[in-house]
Amino acid sequence: MFVSKLDELANWCRKNSLWPMPFATACCGIELMATGASKHDLARFGAEVFRFSPRQCDLMIVAGRVVMKMLPVLQRIWLQMHEPKWVISMGACASTGGVFDTYAVVQGIDRFIPVDMYVPGCPPRPEQLIQAIIDLQDKIQREGTITGREFDTAERQRKKRALVEATLPLTIDAARNPVLQRELAAAADAAART
Amino acid sequence: MPITQPPVDAVIQALTAAVRPCDVSVFRGQTRVVVPVERALDAFRHLAGAGFDLLVDVTCVDYLDYRGAKQRYGLVYVLVNTVTNERLTVRVFADDPDPTVPSVTSIWRAADWLEREVWDLFGVRFEGHPDLRRLVMPEVFTAHPLRKDYPLQGRGERHNFPVLTRDDG
Amino acid sequence: MSIAPAEYTSLESAGPRNEEYLWTLNFGPQHPATHTTLRLVLKLEGERVVDAMPEMGYLHSGFEKIGEHLTFNQYVTVTDRMNYISPVANNVAWHHAVETLLGIELTPRCTYIRTIVAELARISDHLLCNGAVGLDTGAFTFFLYAFYQREVIYDILETLCGARFTNSYTRVGGVSQDFTPLVIEKIRAFLKTFPKTLDDMERLLTRNRIFVDRTKGVGVLTKEEAINRGATGPVARASGVTRDLRKDEPYLAYADLDFNVACASAGDCYARYLVRMQEMRESLKIVQQALDRLPDGPVNVGIDQRTALPTKQQVYSTIEGTISHFELSMANRGFEVPFEESYAAIEAPNGELGFYLVGDGDDTAYRARCRPPSVLHFALFPHLIRGHTLSDVVAVLGSLNIIAAELDR
Repeated sequence: MFVSKLDELANWCRKNSLWPMPFATACCGIELMATGASKHDLARFGAEVFRFSPRQCDLMIVAGRVVMKMLPVLQRIWLQMHEPKWVISMGACASTGGVFDTYAVVQGIDRFIPVDMYVPGCPPRPEQLIQAIIDLQDKIQREGTITGREFDTAERQRKKRALVEATLPLTIDAARNPVLQRELAAAADAAART
Repeated sequence: MPITQPPVDAVIQALTAAVRPCDVSVFRGQTRVVVPVERALDAFRHLAGAGFDLLVDVTCVDYLDYRGAKQRYGLVYVLVNTVTNERLTVRVFADDPDPTVPSVTSIWRAADWLEREVWDLFGVRFEGHPDLRRLVMPEVFTAHPLRKDYPLQGRGERHNFPVLTRDDG
Repeated sequence: MSIAPAEYTSLESAGPRNEEYLWTLNFGPQHPATHTTLRLVLKLEGERVVDAMPEMGYLHSGFEKIGEHLTFNQYVTVTDRMNYISPVANNVAWHHAVETLLGIELTPRCTYIRTIVAELARISDHLLCNGAVGLDTGAFTFFLYAFYQREVIYDILETLCGARFTNSYTRVGGVSQDFTPLVIEKIRAFLKTFPKTLDDMERLLTRNRIFVDRTKGVGVLTKEEAINRGATGPVARASGVTRDLRKDEPYLAYADLDFNVACASAGDCYARYLVRMQEMRESLKIVQQALDRLPDGPVNVGIDQRTALPTKQQVYSTIEGTISHFELSMANRGFEVPFEESYAAIEAPNGELGFYLVGDGDDTAYRARCRPPSVLHFALFPHLIRGHTLSDVVAVLGSLNIIAAELDR
């Protein structure tokens, strides 16, 4: 009883003092700036303290497409953030690759890091981002625990990952990467035909 | 609306006299001149001396299955004379294997990164470039993605990363 | 992939020096003052920058490769995402290049409309660039002023074409929507209110001691270097290069309009700031004149040119309209594209933004090369920063206005 009340209090504190880390790479970054600027004013929702150091932040907003050269940087920054931490994937590119179905663009950051909230749109309007932050606050209030047990989900994660791994190419080893193998085979096939 | 450009006939005549370029054509008011690769550096030096002081662009076209193409890689140099506003497009062609053209960095510094980009995306080597490394793709990348035989979606390189889960964080 | 500083031999690295005292600082690719994703590896001697190695490609998304797979009309959505702080200018540049290749003559109304939106894009671009320079040098209020005015321009563009940010406004041979009276009214209101804000902004920053001290004499680019290193746009004009494609190779309606080319001779960050401020005023003049003289008549080219979709009225009531609509909608029945190549550029807010297009008879380009101004400006960076202090890095970077999506494509 007491602990659950304490959880609630902690969640209330956490949700109303989100410190976002803007991982702004492209167009969505400009809308992210617009969200923080005068007209839309993210400060009204208690999430305006943008800090550019991952060590000080608990909410990463990935705004814009993430490409091959940038993904290791994204992962490193995610690792540097302290728990509890959340990730918003802002815009179509960060969520799915968007219109950029090309050789260099990662087709959704959720293939490589855990994501809590997706914002559709190309780019999403500031209102949409604000809505996502409100929704995330709800989620934190509902699911959060003072010990951060909502993240102790290794077992759950592993099950989910096993499901995903069956369909997605997720191994770094090229020999065990089904999509890579398939595409290599297709390329060799095409080369043989021409 | 086509760009209106002053004629560059005099320049072409002087260039022809100096290095004998093989082909001059005009399309939509734009003059293009094809220069043989072995005389390219002389031609560029001549043009720089003739007042073409701004190198606007260096790029490449891969004519792998283009109609009537004789050589695979066609380099494009867009030059501008900032005093008279004349424009001239110079073409230099190279072919597999190991396409190589002379670097113009000694004439126009602007060529430094533009040539690196062409090397990165097309694999055309620039002889005499001081620092020919990949510009936009990671160093570990092996292909040259703007070549026509490279697929749009790549060959799976974009999937080749470790996956982080909550446990790692 | 490790973030290890690579060995770099720049073109003009001074001979052997005592490297023991130097230390290396990695700046970016995720850093607030880079605004976007670029990386600098700085060699420092105390606080002084001895050398800088810029690195790009952290946003390389294969734009040029996509250009070989999308039709001329589809690709405009991708150009939006190129220089994303002034998307309409990219739209105009792209279709300017396409129309040069296809040999299409626009209607007078279309040229004026495109001129107006391109100039609005220039204003919004310079607002962000100067606002960001202000932000980086410590003037946060200035940044908010700038962003508020950008919202007004967003609002105009949203009224015009339904999207506030990624407009995809132009089409081959025309634009997607004609100006409505409401749009014209909104632009006129903007023309009335914006000069006041611009005055306020100038009062805030132009003679602000901190700002002037941090930007004057920093990152000086001489005229000869500017030309030799391929600088264009405000960066070149701040160094005394008078080149402006709007005057030198007039396209759209610029030949009919009266405006000045803003230039400065100092070539430092402060001069670049002043040139951008002045260009906003000139853009206002252009928009005002173009709006006053906006010709009547159709906005898209006629049916006979077979490039722009005919209006619904024409499709339903004339046989030419129906056929044209059908042909344009069918795959492989679209445009007649010559087996030719052409380069066409416009004066984008950042400099010369050109496209080199190769046609192969199909209505997708065989090669769609974009010549972005940012690449050459970013290549200038080591030259500009050498000998300055670490705190000048952000001022120089801001004044070059490097947009990563345009830089890397």
